Amino acid sequence: MKWHSIGEFIAMGGYGFYVWASYALAAALIALEVILVIRRHRAARRNLDEADPARVKN
Amino acid sequence: MASKINWLKYASPQSFYPLAGRMAPWFFAAAALLTGYGLYISFFVAPTDFQQGEVYRIIFIHVPSAWMSMFLYVVMAFWAGVGLAFNTRLSSMMASAVAPTGALMTFIALWSGALWGKPTWGAWWVWDARLTSELILLFLYFGFISLQAAIDDPRRADKAGAVLALVGVVNVPIIYFSVQWWNTLHQGASVSLTRSPSMATTMIIGMLIMALAFWMYSIAAILVRVRAIVLEREHHADWVKTLGSAER
Repeated sequence: MKWHSIGEFIAMGGYGFYVWASYALAAALIALEVILVIRRHRAARRNLDEADPARVKN
Repeated sequence: MASKINWLKYASPQSFYPLAGRMAPWFFAAAALLTGYGLYISFFVAPTDFQQGEVYRIIFIHVPSAWMSMFLYVVMAFWAGVGLAFNTRLSSMMASAVAPTGALMTFIALWSGALWGKPTWGAWWVWDARLTSELILLFLYFGFISLQAAIDDPRRADKAGAVLALVGVVNVPIIYFSVQWWNTLHQGASVSLTRSPSMATTMIIGMLIMALAFWMYSIAAILVRVRAIVLEREHHADWVKTLGSAER
């Protein structure tokens, strides 16, 4: 293992801000996209149920 | 006699919808596993770069997202073009489903590039051929999405979007070859099919695994989005009305 402490890992040789800001935004946006696509699909399904309540049972 | 799968069957929204629903969780799972493994290699196995130090570790999301941004644009233009030529409903829905994920990848590439540029070049942004053409790619995605959103009739929206997507496809080779055609600040390709890579093997492996993870993730997100689009657009169709709750 090349890192000797958690502090050294977070510091990233003095470039911690640049490295972690890149990864943090990528992770946040991907998580947001997952939530948004799942919600969009759920909303589309809900609209079908509301348009035809009888169908929910089958 | 060998049984033959009728792949064309899946060209209809009706048969593709349940198939996409069955496939999406597997792609999400593959993306999660590959990301875990890829990040482990990126941060714990790959060595420190002798020139740039630790900041180079941005490469493990920068290059995969930049590759995906270009690749997804070609996929989007392809489906949009097929939809325009053959009037197939699912093709146009696929094009619309790809666009937001492509824009996301473009944004991640630009953002991580800015955070890499500042410590290595001394500037967040330069109007360099590579950076400018990638920014144009982001605007092409935004243009496609907003053009489709602005037109009420989905069939007309598909056609207008397809024309934009196909015209914009010329930008993709410009991005790719920009570092060769112009004298740019952006470094040349680290990985090429014609010569051996200019990076340590573990760096390459980390980058390729992260690229595969981004690939799996993009497929998963696009499959869920295309399912939503199918229901939104086909809610009057008989097959949607008879869809059992388990299949939805």
